[in-house]
Amino acid sequence: MIDTPSVDWLALSPTLAILAATGLTLLGAVIVPRASERAFSVAVSLAGLGASAALSGVVFDRSADPTAVVVQSMTRDRLGALAAIVIALVGVAVVLVSAGDGRRSHVGEFYALLCAAAGGMVFFVSSGNLMTMFLALEWFSISLYVLCALDTHRRQSLEAGLKYLIVGSFGSGILLFGCALVYGATGELGFKAIQEATGADDPLFVTGMAMILAGLAFKVSAAPFHMWTPDVYQGAPTTVTAFMAAATKVAALVLMLRILVTAFPEQAEIWSVAVAVLAVCSLAIGNLAAIAQTDLKRLLAYSSVSHAGFLLIAVAANSTAGTEALLYYLVPYCAATVGAFAVVAAREREQGRAVTLASLEGLGWERPFLGVCMWWFMLSMAGFPLTGGFLGKLFVFSAIYEAGWWWLVVIGVLATALSLAYYLNVVRALYMRSGEVRGDLVVAGGSPPRDLLLEAAAGAGLVVTIGSFFFVQPLVDLASDAAASLPF
Amino acid sequence: MLTTLLIVVPLAGAILTWMLPLSRESTAGFALLVALAEVGLWLGSARNFDFGSDAQQYSANREWFDQLGISYAVGLYGFQYWLVGLAVVVGACAVGYGAWVGRENARAYFGLLLFLVGALVGVFAAQDLIVFYVFFEAMLIPIYVLVGVWGGPQRLKATVTFVIYTMVGSLLMLASIIAFGISQGTFLLSEIGTSSNDWIFLGFLAAFAVKAPLFPFHGWLRLAYTEAPPEVGAILSGVVSKAAVFGLVWIVLPHFPEPVEDFRTLVLALAAGTLAYGSILAFRQPDIRGVVAYSSMAQMGLIVLGIFAVNDLGLDGAVLHSVNHGLVSAGFFLLAGMIETRTGTGRFSELGGMAKGRPVLATLVLTLGMFTLAVPGSTNFAGEFAILSGVFDRGWGYAAVGAAAMVLAALYALRMISAILHERRGAAVREDAGDLVGNELMLLVPLVAILAVLTAWPAGITDRSFPADGGAAFIASQEGVSTP
Repeated sequence: MIDTPSVDWLALSPTLAILAATGLTLLGAVIVPRASERAFSVAVSLAGLGASAALSGVVFDRSADPTAVVVQSMTRDRLGALAAIVIALVGVAVVLVSAGDGRRSHVGEFYALLCAAAGGMVFFVSSGNLMTMFLALEWFSISLYVLCALDTHRRQSLEAGLKYLIVGSFGSGILLFGCALVYGATGELGFKAIQEATGADDPLFVTGMAMILAGLAFKVSAAPFHMWTPDVYQGAPTTVTAFMAAATKVAALVLMLRILVTAFPEQAEIWSVAVAVLAVCSLAIGNLAAIAQTDLKRLLAYSSVSHAGFLLIAVAANSTAGTEALLYYLVPYCAATVGAFAVVAAREREQGRAVTLASLEGLGWERPFLGVCMWWFMLSMAGFPLTGGFLGKLFVFSAIYEAGWWWLVVIGVLATALSLAYYLNVVRALYMRSGEVRGDLVVAGGSPPRDLLLEAAAGAGLVVTIGSFFFVQPLVDLASDAAASLPF
Repeated sequence: MLTTLLIVVPLAGAILTWMLPLSRESTAGFALLVALAEVGLWLGSARNFDFGSDAQQYSANREWFDQLGISYAVGLYGFQYWLVGLAVVVGACAVGYGAWVGRENARAYFGLLLFLVGALVGVFAAQDLIVFYVFFEAMLIPIYVLVGVWGGPQRLKATVTFVIYTMVGSLLMLASIIAFGISQGTFLLSEIGTSSNDWIFLGFLAAFAVKAPLFPFHGWLRLAYTEAPPEVGAILSGVVSKAAVFGLVWIVLPHFPEPVEDFRTLVLALAAGTLAYGSILAFRQPDIRGVVAYSSMAQMGLIVLGIFAVNDLGLDGAVLHSVNHGLVSAGFFLLAGMIETRTGTGRFSELGGMAKGRPVLATLVLTLGMFTLAVPGSTNFAGEFAILSGVFDRGWGYAAVGAAAMVLAALYALRMISAILHERRGAAVREDAGDLVGNELMLLVPLVAILAVLTAWPAGITDRSFPADGGAAFIASQEGVSTP
């Protein structure tokens, strides 16, 4: 008789809930009549993602002490649970935004893949050894490759899918190679075991660590591993871009922090410098390139590269404060990102073409609610006060200053100044028309169609963006509970 | 509690103004009501205000963000009370002007205007560095849109230069705030102690030098003041620039005694340069708003002279003159707007001869002009005199520059008065362009009346800005926990 490991079903339940939704929507794509396919898929996805968030909440509540489950392949702790909550809620928002996207084919498949990707990420953030990490990474990546290419009638979408597939596979390859080297040097797969077994001076071990870092940096879209980001973000369906920009970052960054701190604490001197270098590159490239963009999705893509830079600063701090800062920063970042892409999606559907700064002109007056939302999302990303984005940046800078790297604060501040150029450009496009025409025009042909679900998602984004400023303490308390599960 | 109320009333009013589906007139009326209620609240708060005490009045302090030691701390000392008063009074006049002129997209417009007033009150009442920074930056949000949407033809350029200048300054300040606050473990001004770090000091100085503005950080000033709608220009020059006064008096002086000592000559020289340069530029401007803009810059230079004298006279004079200048400059911006609505231009080459048949306009231009040139006996004279006597202690040269600038002020003020009122009737002045009407008077007369009261009784402010033992001693006593 073979020994079967004991399975902690509660730890797996957030993933399983989403997987169930995946299966049901896929089944629905075949069984449910065409007319109600969308409603069915949306409802099931919402239920699955919502249940997953709730179950993650239960896991969070009951995992004050981190435990390894299912033969150390997973870690059940608050860090993973909190990240899973954020990912699942991002998923909920994206489903709401996509409910009115007018897609005619592959409706059930879209939601099935979206849920699959979310499920993969939820599993990914809790993974506790190299094998499960790689498995989950491929699981959500492959779902995303297909999602990017799902608009088969648009060449750009196919191009995005192919590019992401090639570059992403390359990144996964590097990650896998790194895992192999680390395994070769230590003979261990589990993060904890790697740390205990370490034959640290082995150059192959350090090389392996560097390759794992590089592989994850692809997913975080940190410069110089960001090359795919603008093209893929631009070409993919906007709702998929929203999901990638928000959820993938959460997953990849949280896992990056987890593996670096758990498996490689003795090499902290090396990797924190490497992460800091990545951060500086991302800040420089992301911000400078974003200034030159006119297509809004490309602009937001480069802005996400620059945010990767800020978030990596928090990782480089290698401290409890840094972890709290990272987790806190992700909340307003995700809200503003999903919200901003929701507004882009609304404009795209209204005009039937790609959204540029020029075609955004006047949105603030034509659709006041979405305009105000977009305005504040941009302010939050630029780090203006009264938004969570400000406190996030403040927290990140404080953490790195406490770690003694004052020059990163200076670079971060300079990057913030640069970023204003393009964020305020968007605000200008929203409200200020060039020339003599004042902002009192209405759109020709009556008011545009309203999509209540999309507006609800944007509104929720706005509430979180501003609410996370005023109610920072409860959020940071959660983050510090989560940070306690890492061995600092 | 009352301080919080002073901050919250305009902010809540802003949200309500934006949300309530009222008509354009009722929106303006509602906003004006909120602004007047705010003035009433401020007046009412004088009743129990103990100006002689060295304790914070109406203070509130709540934990907000433990990990970083940030708390929501607001409260008022005497000089802050006057700055808040300046903000609410000028704010109410600005809202009134907007209501009278009538603005497109009234809900957004008045919402933003009230939001700006709330942020200004927050700046002047802040007792925590982060709270200060939050309001300091929050001011930019409405200004950016107010100028960018409702401004003149070059408004886009104006907003971009304004935002770039101020944001670079304030982000440097943010870096300083982080460095200062994290190393002291608190951001609370009463506990943060002092620092002798020159870099941190320079970060703060950069932000305030841009905001004031001091030469050579004034590149944004001309366009922003000229392209803004008149009432926004009034707030910008009259009140927003005073954020720099607050920052210098309440953050820089008490918490950086050594760097202040080391850099005093530099700052005083910059301030004197600003005063002289601004005055000369004001004399060369071709239009009303240009003169007011650069005279505003010159006056800010004078105020900074007073602050960096760091003695009782200089500080008292700086506070008094901040209020004077805020009122005069706001009044002139509104007046410029009123003249522009009548003639379509503010250019001197097309104005002139407006005194004839328009006695009320002529009287107001002349009165405000007299305050601008600090005619002896006026409250502006009192302020300037106190500042110059204060800075005389630090070197007679500064006082000499200041005195020379007063002569220049007379030159540019008189040039402006005569270009508007006298000489031949300008091309843009139509025969039937009317005198000021009741609504306009209701905006300007209160400003002039306050100035008149202060003229009779400047001690009303100078005796009530700092506790009984004088400004310099009070600031020196704010060191809190000192660090090695």
